[in-house]
Amino acid sequence: MQPASLAPTKAEVGVPVYGGPFEVAQAERLLWRAGFGPRPGEAEALAKLGLAGAVHALCYPGDEKFVGPPPHDDKGHALAPFDAWGEDHCWWLDRMVRTSRPLVERMTLVWHDWFATSNEGVGSQKLMIQQNQLFRSHFLSPFDQLLLRVTANPAMLLWLNGTQNVKEAPNENYGREMMELFTLGADRGAYTEEDVRQQARSLTGWQNRWRNGLGNYDFHFDAAEHDTGMKRVFRKSGNFDWRGSCKLCVENPAHASFFVGKLWSYFVPTAPDSRTAAALEALYRQGYQVRPVVQAILQHPDLYEGERMVKPPVVHIAGLLRRVGMGITTTDWAWIGAQSGQQLFYPPNVAGWDDTRWLDTATFRGRWMGVQRLLRDKSLDPSKPPAGLPAGAQPLLDSALKFWNKPTLSVGTNYQLYHFASRALADGKADWEQKTYPVLVENGLRQLIGVSPDMQTS
Amino acid sequence: MSARSDITCAECTRADLVRAVAGRGLPSIEPGMPLPAGTGLTRRSFVAKSAGLALAVYGAGRLQLFDEGIANAASGPQGPILVSVFLQGGADALSLLYPDGDPLYHTLRTQLAVTGGTQFTEDPRLYWNPALAPLATLHDEGKVTVLPAVGYDHPDQSHFTSRHFWEVGATDPHLLTGWLGRYLDATGSPDNPLQGLSITGSLEPSLATTKVPVAAIDGPNQYTFGAQGVWGSVQNRMLDAMGALGSVHSKDPAFLTAANVTKQADRLRRQLLPFAGGTIKSPVPYPDGNDGFTTGLQGVAAMISAGLPLRCVALEASGSYDTHAGQTAALTPALTTTAASLFSFQRDLEARGIADRVLTLVWSEFGRRAQENGSGGTDHGAAGTAFLIGTRSTGTAVGEFPGLASLDPQGNLKATSDFRSVYCSLLEQWLKFDAERIIPGAGKFQRYTLVK
Repeated sequence: MQPASLAPTKAEVGVPVYGGPFEVAQAERLLWRAGFGPRPGEAEALAKLGLAGAVHALCYPGDEKFVGPPPHDDKGHALAPFDAWGEDHCWWLDRMVRTSRPLVERMTLVWHDWFATSNEGVGSQKLMIQQNQLFRSHFLSPFDQLLLRVTANPAMLLWLNGTQNVKEAPNENYGREMMELFTLGADRGAYTEEDVRQQARSLTGWQNRWRNGLGNYDFHFDAAEHDTGMKRVFRKSGNFDWRGSCKLCVENPAHASFFVGKLWSYFVPTAPDSRTAAALEALYRQGYQVRPVVQAILQHPDLYEGERMVKPPVVHIAGLLRRVGMGITTTDWAWIGAQSGQQLFYPPNVAGWDDTRWLDTATFRGRWMGVQRLLRDKSLDPSKPPAGLPAGAQPLLDSALKFWNKPTLSVGTNYQLYHFASRALADGKADWEQKTYPVLVENGLRQLIGVSPDMQTS
Repeated sequence: MSARSDITCAECTRADLVRAVAGRGLPSIEPGMPLPAGTGLTRRSFVAKSAGLALAVYGAGRLQLFDEGIANAASGPQGPILVSVFLQGGADALSLLYPDGDPLYHTLRTQLAVTGGTQFTEDPRLYWNPALAPLATLHDEGKVTVLPAVGYDHPDQSHFTSRHFWEVGATDPHLLTGWLGRYLDATGSPDNPLQGLSITGSLEPSLATTKVPVAAIDGPNQYTFGAQGVWGSVQNRMLDAMGALGSVHSKDPAFLTAANVTKQADRLRRQLLPFAGGTIKSPVPYPDGNDGFTTGLQGVAAMISAGLPLRCVALEASGSYDTHAGQTAALTPALTTTAASLFSFQRDLEARGIADRVLTLVWSEFGRRAQENGSGGTDHGAAGTAFLIGTRSTGTAVGEFPGLASLDPQGNLKATSDFRSVYCSLLEQWLKFDAERIIPGAGKFQRYTLVK
């Protein structure tokens, strides 16, 4: 990270900037919202940079470095993210855990959700990861450029039938979703059903070939398949092609407000006030730049003074692995992700994951299993009580908190954990129970802390 | 609901209740054996005399939720159950009951016209997709009501908007509670998550409530919690503590969301203890393949039969119906598994003697464009097909098939029945509740005779 003195960021005039103390607690929240939570010592180091310096360091992260051992499957083999089921998920989770550039991975996750593409429809982990690399390398690129690249991206062309959209028989799938989900939003009066049809015509011309054994390949624009006739979109007439189609969307008057509202929602759980929204939109309109908008959101008072957010399941798990310095040593994370409601590369549909509904009784159990799986390699063996394990409820709780790198828990959670430990220890009457129960209690405390409401939100 | 803390009087009913699950992985009851996970402080065992099986029900004075839920279910009236099955993606009405007898069908569907099905006895223009033959059989038995063109005025062709309308029971993009969720809020219990049960691994939006708990599971026998290196009484204490963490107070909405779901998970875990770890045995065969929809329906029948207090259940059908390309290849297996599973479910309910308590509504967010596209598929359309299945269903079609000569200006099938009318009618005739309190503007929607 760069020292704050080099180039402190300045939020655009008009967007409120957080002016309170920027200490470890605030740095930790920033790391959760803009990344995957702190490794030991990271929040402290970030706090020293001050708010502007910290946000700058995240937005200009320098070269990619990975911290910790490389990932492997359960047998110790390197991951095969292009080929083996679930190893795509683990490949990316590893980056979230080990990266030195958390905002890059977090924005990649934002774009994966924004332009939600599922391998369910693409059928190629390789093409999915190529799309993922596109999101990564353009993590803060201007949005108009990103939209063009996504529109021409092979995984997207397959997912929303772009290469089946030909002039004789337009396929509306991409044309509709690019307006409804990617740029303008439904039910805002931004476009009509006729615009959907006309956009589909503008977007014709993408083709690909298919060969047995190779699958879909050779994605290209074929002018012969493009409808060169006049189209009328948003009351403008022209011989639009796919580039024109993208341009019309970002230049639509309803786009900036859609963009700002959607981007904001990934970082702050409550809607921005009207002054903030207007200022962010003005900022965004200057060239559809994403970086200054993200910088402004990350410095906004609502991020530090406002409500907590439920962590997406992969953020929860990546954060726990970061906290304890563990890498990827199993491919179980893929099915655990699915059980928790977030298997990477398999969003539920083209609208992405519903950030307001991460938690229900089924996905809670998925998160529980995630913590259980993480602890499997770290749990204490009751048949061999480790020397140095303290006796008594409070020392055991302190020990479990230390295991998780001392997260701050609410008073109520602390009380319930202590209550559990003291009552469970009191059940131990026989000699062997008194020797064993502290180990069981310590394991139980670690599990409970990992799934506590405190650790599921930030 | 009245909370019954006196549990001894419910022994017989509880024994009846758990009879159906006896021997499915329940721990045997022997003196001195450790308490199974998370069962609180005491164990009570019962013998179901008619079955001659030993069963265990767990509970404690301090942990009454499980007992209360069971007691309520076993002692309360055996209420009606509504099962909602969603065909995700917009199922093509013109392929489900295909209008081979409409002169325009083969013009609009030169590649995709379906063949080989049996005629729909109520409308000679329509034929059952061969993959839906099991539904045709149930229809012949008078157990399937067909809605050949259901939708709403000013149809929205966005998956998400149109599905949202169906889930919330109104064409209101801002309504956040599900239509069944509002019904449960009005009539449900504060301590029975099973009253609104989603068997898709995540909560179906139609069940979203604001007051009462509802649940999502993968299957009834999988809802267990363990931890590495934790067992015996410490494990029981740990699971109690999981529930206690759900009661931690906070002013923060996200924290409360996480706490509430923890509490609901704990209640659900207790409710499903009789199923924990076992396999579900059904009196009739279900399709092979372990499709989540198939096993989900199988679990629903077993849970209802066991007396668990289910009221509204939501599942997603097998397959995806957003067939912009390669429609026939996608639709045939999806419909085959879906129809065969629904058929087995109906036979299962009948074999268990509970068929009169269950109606199943099968729906999709819209139908598809009448004119096929150039990709061997169809784009988003308007009116779609719905089915209402059950012995108490009238079995008489609601709304005419409008014909392909009178498509709407966008080339889509026009609706001849309204989903809000369906909901109002089901609320009044099946759930016996005032539709005005659940469906916005209920007064202006026609009522159909859906229940006999």
